[in-house]
Amino acid sequence: MHRFTLEAQGIQKSFGGVRAVDQVSFGVRAGEMLALIGPNGAGKSTCFNLLNGHLRPDGGRVKLLGQDITGLAPRKVWKRGVGRTFQITATFGSMTVRENVQLALQSHRGELGRLWTPSWRLRGGQADTLLERVGLAGQARRPCSVLAYGDLKRVELAIALANNPRLLLMDEPTAGMAPQERVGLMALVAEVARERGMSVLFTEHDMDVVFSHADRVLVLDRGRLIAEGTPDEVRANALVQEVYLGSGFEPEPEAEASAC
Amino acid sequence: MENLLLQGLNGLASASSLFLVASGLTVIFGVTRIVNFAHGSLYMLGAYLAFSIVAHLPRGHLGFWGGIVLAALAVGAIGALLEVLLLRRIYRAPELFQLLATFGVVLVVQDVALLVWGAQDLLGPRAPGLRGSVELLGLRFPLYELVLIGIGPVVLGLLLLLFKRTRWGTLVRAATQDREMVGALGVNQRWLFTSVFFLGSALAGLAGALQLPRESVNLHMDLATITEVFVVVVVGGLGSLPGAALAALLIGELHAFGILVFPKITLVLVFLVMAVVLVIRPRGLFGRAQVAQAAVASVAEPVLGRAPPALKWLGFAALLVAVVAPPFLAGDYALIVLTDMAIAVLFAASLHFIMGPGGMASFGHAAYFGIGAYGAALLTKWFAAPMLPALLAAPFCAGVAGVLFGFFCVRLSGVYSAMLTLAFAQIAWSVAFQWVEITGGDNGVLGVWPDPWATKLNFYWLALGCSVVGTLALRRIALSPFGYALRAQRDNTLRAEAIGINAFGMRWVAFVLAAGFAGVAGGLFAFAKGSVFPTALDIPRSVDALLMVLLGGVQTLAGPVLGALAFTGLHEQLVRATDYWRLVLGAVILLLVLAFPQGLAGAVRRWWEGRRHA
Ligand SMILES: Nc1ncnc2c1ncn2[C@@H]1O[C@H](COP(=O)(O)OP(=O)(O)OP(=O)(O)O)[C@@H](O)[C@H]1O
Ligand SMILES: [Mg+2]
Repeated sequence: MHRFTLEAQGIQKSFGGVRAVDQVSFGVRAGEMLALIGPNGAGKSTCFNLLNGHLRPDGGRVKLLGQDITGLAPRKVWKRGVGRTFQITATFGSMTVRENVQLALQSHRGELGRLWTPSWRLRGGQADTLLERVGLAGQARRPCSVLAYGDLKRVELAIALANNPRLLLMDEPTAGMAPQERVGLMALVAEVARERGMSVLFTEHDMDVVFSHADRVLVLDRGRLIAEGTPDEVRANALVQEVYLGSGFEPEPEAEASAC
Repeated sequence: MENLLLQGLNGLASASSLFLVASGLTVIFGVTRIVNFAHGSLYMLGAYLAFSIVAHLPRGHLGFWGGIVLAALAVGAIGALLEVLLLRRIYRAPELFQLLATFGVVLVVQDVALLVWGAQDLLGPRAPGLRGSVELLGLRFPLYELVLIGIGPVVLGLLLLLFKRTRWGTLVRAATQDREMVGALGVNQRWLFTSVFFLGSALAGLAGALQLPRESVNLHMDLATITEVFVVVVVGGLGSLPGAALAALLIGELHAFGILVFPKITLVLVFLVMAVVLVIRPRGLFGRAQVAQAAVASVAEPVLGRAPPALKWLGFAALLVAVVAPPFLAGDYALIVLTDMAIAVLFAASLHFIMGPGGMASFGHAAYFGIGAYGAALLTKWFAAPMLPALLAAPFCAGVAGVLFGFFCVRLSGVYSAMLTLAFAQIAWSVAFQWVEITGGDNGVLGVWPDPWATKLNFYWLALGCSVVGTLALRRIALSPFGYALRAQRDNTLRAEAIGINAFGMRWVAFVLAAGFAGVAGGLFAFAKGSVFPTALDIPRSVDALLMVLLGGVQTLAGPVLGALAFTGLHEQLVRATDYWRLVLGAVILLLVLAFPQGLAGAVRRWWEGRRHA
């Protein structure tokens, strides 16, 4: 019905004097895997924060399925079907993996107002299904705080999928993982997206991941969108090559793990 | 007109000493992130030490001023010692444990002062050469006060120079602004923390010593000062020196003129101002976002899993004994203590609910206990209500207060939120204290006797029943989807908001629930004692509740129960056994903190599990 699941129209955000995101416009098409790439500090995470409401844009509009969601609180954006993972994984450390996912499911079903039902009775089965889908069935009862980083990323994915999102925002989903693991995780995301007809917007520093999984690529540099197109088009773009300074289009893959 | 001028000068003089104490506290907090309740005790020690030192030195300028400086340095050394022996060992423990440790120090210092200097107020010497007064616009103003007015700005100037011009100062500022920086300091960190403690404590000691010619030295100086200084530091913005100066000025003058304008509400005026400032500026006048992140209640460690079945059975067995045994006990005394324990358990459990799962510290939880108690008592007094309806009304009254106060408190985070709870508690206290027509003021509400059927034994069972049901209800709520959502916003607000959790709403509801359950405890308390006094909602009662929760440990749901039993039992035994019960209790707390940073319940659990594995 709508050409775009999500549309950014000229969004901008400054911190002090720095224009972190400067007049950025793009659309995420239904069911596509769209990559947002750019060097460190390009404004990718800020862009995500503008899209899901963690930050309010200084200007521009954000539309979800044609409806204006600019400036809506993150939890309201979530209720409209946007899931999100964070660059620095954000899970609930005092709960088990299963409880993390269960809570997201309960929230989706509007069950958080229930004070008297024990939480473990609600949505446990569904949580297990989701955990199985992301390959964490064996870890379900471990506390999140003791999980390996790669597994935490999967927990986040499961949490983000709990509300059957139309759109998944993934900020560096594979950061801090071994190369083997990265491809595996993105293959999983692509598969789930196809199954569900869900769109995915993700940032990524690993170009192997980008070129093997993105339908289209956006390139951000110092807050501005400098290129947009299929992976091949972007690879051939002179401006993009300049930004990545002839490094054979292989920006440093490890530098991002601790940045935000 | 002249009167106004005099009051203005008086205000400046108290602002000056307030600033001295507050500057020390705010610098210590900025660098170490420790909310040092013992800072008021250091101030008191400064006054006592100055009294003794000056008395032993020759009279005259050198003797007096030398004594003041020596006292300040001695207090600085005591502070540094505290840091090295106690606090350094627990920097890695949850912040609430550091708080508990400083409470322990407060208790110990109180009794040490009592041992050394006795209970009577001490009058210090006047400052040589400054006994007289000066003529100002035809008014006589004490010379010493004038000197005091000068000392504040001089110290502020020196501190600013120290922080701007020296390498040490640069380190302090960097550490205050950026937590990560402290870690990067490596070896220097220890030295930095110790030296900051020395400086901060010396400032508190100096302020205390300077009071010598102004007022008598007594054992109440510590708590009276710490609350006022907390207000100053929080209004100014934690970690901000200019903020502390401005806030000290504001509070000092407010006190001075408040007495003229609203003699009835001076007690509460400062807290009203703090409440207003925090509602408008959630981080105080000059506070920074970075500093505010130090949440007092952040519980990094996971809540421990389910209790092992055997421990659970042990708990049930203990409960069974508590139900069955009392009829066979001789005398009322045991019943009274047991009733107190039951009430304390519910009170502590309600505070734990917002501190543990909720992640918010409250320094003023006694407000809801007291409002519950007054609610029940006033209903019986003015409307001759029978006991049960009055008891039902208690949580309702407390809950309404929770809705109102909580709305403001839960928007803030960390220390600021905790301080706002304290402010509201003080406001509630002064209403109870000063609205004499209704509450009887200091004389309290008397004759709140239980119905005839409720003998001591029956009332105990009633209290035990309410306590058990209330505590189990809180536990059940903590394990419901709501309870998980509450914990979720504590663990990671960003993530919680990103899965549709309304953090503010969750915290607010939790606050109201906690207030309601504290109200039940308060209502029971009123009937157990047959009377209610303003002490039902004063600061020591809030501190008691905090001690119970912290002793037991915030991470487990059983923690507050054990903490309340241990605290009430210990307190009761100690009060009977010795005049120096604070000393023993404080020492026990310090030992516990050093030995079991996980709290009692955590320690018991560990021990049990370790035993089984061995
Ligand atoms: N909260 C903030 N306050 C001030 N400046 C910020 C804030 N968040 C981001 N910035 C700045 O905005 C710019 C863009 O940052 P952003 O985190 O969006 O980049 P990024 O593309 O995600 O980088 P990375 O690849 O390192 O994650 C940077 O210059 C950063 O310093
Ligand atoms: Mg980023």
